[in-house]
Amino acid sequence: MIRSNSEAFSDRAFQVFLSVTLVLICASVVYPLYFVIVASFSDPDYVINGYVWLYPRKPNVQAYEKVLEDEKIWRSYRNTFAYTSVGVLFHLLLILPAAYALSRKDFRFRNLFMVYFVITMFFNGGLIPTYLTILKLGMLDSFWVMVLPFAVNVFHIIVARTFFQQNVPDELKDAAFMDGCTNLRFFLAVVLPLSKAIIAVVALFHAVSQWNQFFIPLIYLKSDVLMPLQIILRTILIANLTADVTDAVHWGDIMRVGEILKYALIVVSTVPILMVYPFLQKYFSKGVMIGSIKG
Amino acid sequence: MLESGRPLRGSGTAKRHNNDLILFLLPAVIIVFVVNYVPMYGIIIAFKDFRIARGIVGSPWVGFKHFERFFNSAYGWPVVFNTLLLNLYILLIAFPAPIFLALLLNEVRNERAKRFVQTVTYMPHFISIVVIVGMIKLFLSPQAGLYGAAVRAIGATPINLLAAQQWFRTIYVVSDVWQHMGWSSIIYLAALSAVDPNLYEAARVDGATRLQKIIHIDIPSLLPTIMILLILRVGVLMTIGFEKVFLMQNSLILDVAEVLPTYVYKVGIGRSQFSFATAVGLFQTFVNFVLLLATNQLAKSMKQTTLW
Repeated sequence: MIRSNSEAFSDRAFQVFLSVTLVLICASVVYPLYFVIVASFSDPDYVINGYVWLYPRKPNVQAYEKVLEDEKIWRSYRNTFAYTSVGVLFHLLLILPAAYALSRKDFRFRNLFMVYFVITMFFNGGLIPTYLTILKLGMLDSFWVMVLPFAVNVFHIIVARTFFQQNVPDELKDAAFMDGCTNLRFFLAVVLPLSKAIIAVVALFHAVSQWNQFFIPLIYLKSDVLMPLQIILRTILIANLTADVTDAVHWGDIMRVGEILKYALIVVSTVPILMVYPFLQKYFSKGVMIGSIKG
Repeated sequence: MLESGRPLRGSGTAKRHNNDLILFLLPAVIIVFVVNYVPMYGIIIAFKDFRIARGIVGSPWVGFKHFERFFNSAYGWPVVFNTLLLNLYILLIAFPAPIFLALLLNEVRNERAKRFVQTVTYMPHFISIVVIVGMIKLFLSPQAGLYGAAVRAIGATPINLLAAQQWFRTIYVVSDVWQHMGWSSIIYLAALSAVDPNLYEAARVDGATRLQKIIHIDIPSLLPTIMILLILRVGVLMTIGFEKVFLMQNSLILDVAEVLPTYVYKVGIGRSQFSFATAVGLFQTFVNFVLLLATNQLAKSMKQTTLW
């Protein structure tokens, strides 16, 4: 191959730029997360005075003990767990059958219902009319508002529909119907087992969004007993009402441990998400989402 | 049972009407009707003096009273201005960032290194916004945070950045890039993977450098995707993700940090001025829609990819 020196130099320079930039980007993404973990295991005084940078100083689990012995944090954790599991269940029950019906080319009202759903991606009543509707339904400040009214995600319906279209062969359906199989039985016995990948994807994505949900409880919940983790996190991390949550007696103690407690709390509340992350990751590489979006 | 009971004819499925599939859709259709379509009707309270006791129908019409009040109030225009300016920052900095990352990632030949960078940069996208803002507060704390320690180490005095009006937009946009740059690059990477390899081959034969390939092949290939996302982005210029701004707000920076969605929340939910807040929300939706149509038209006249 004939290449002038300047071209070779330009490509080498580019390679250096590429490597350096990507390393810097990765480092700047990882460091804040890494620091949170390191700080959560360190002695409060060392963190507050800026002596902790790369590894824990005077490692201890004091902050975690404080987090774990707090009844309010536990209660919100349990609530979030319930909202996530029940929410995902409703989500799947609502969107999978809908997506399947919309995937069937021999279904007369397919386009009509598709338009019906897609319109809501572009238009909505806005915050106040939606709030008034929930109020009128009597769902304000109830368990149900967290799992049912906002459980339909049109984007997920479209993704699942595309998956069904591409992965459930028409011949299979024709053969099954020839044998007198019903739509319901075919859906349960053939379609769902063939679609584990997409079910996992929409379930995981909805689980993450339920776990992180802040807006819905902020607007629609009032009672302390119903509050999910994110609301409690806001109280401690952002409104800075540590004293309200921990029952530390001395102000100095609240200040000291309070800062570290925040780091530990971030870790405790984010670990479940990071545990499902490898599973999500598996599906990015398979291109399940992208492939489905394109279609 | 869902089965209609109609006997199957010999010709197979062609004659089935499959009307029972409506039952598959029914639960989702009902929920969407109640939570999405019923509130659309509720928008008319923007033109009424809504009282809960009188209901939507029973409340009196007042025309554009609430809209006039919004623009004559001291908050109206500043809130619109804040929303637009913050969005402009996002458009200039946070919008191009994932394009830049995708172009770089596309150049990585080592598959494992590429996947590593992707895994790392996608991660923050899944962290809750409350935790993100909590981390910002912890890091930027002048007394106890990393920022405070670093500034004191060089002998200067740290200020409270989160209470400084001139820093609000920068902090918002930089943390946004940090959180979403990786995840948003996925769609551009997908577009780049669809580029015809013959183009690169031809460029190689012509002796093009890697930078030249990016400029003359990659960027033009991304242009349709960029245009579509840009049009969609301009179509929400009057909106800002509510949660992050709301969580970052404090009384000292409210002059720059009050945006339309947070204002609607405070007036509507906080002070129960339902009609007024609905009017402000409707104004927001209306301008967004006009902007979407206008940008799409502009793109069309420039012979670019459009939404329709």
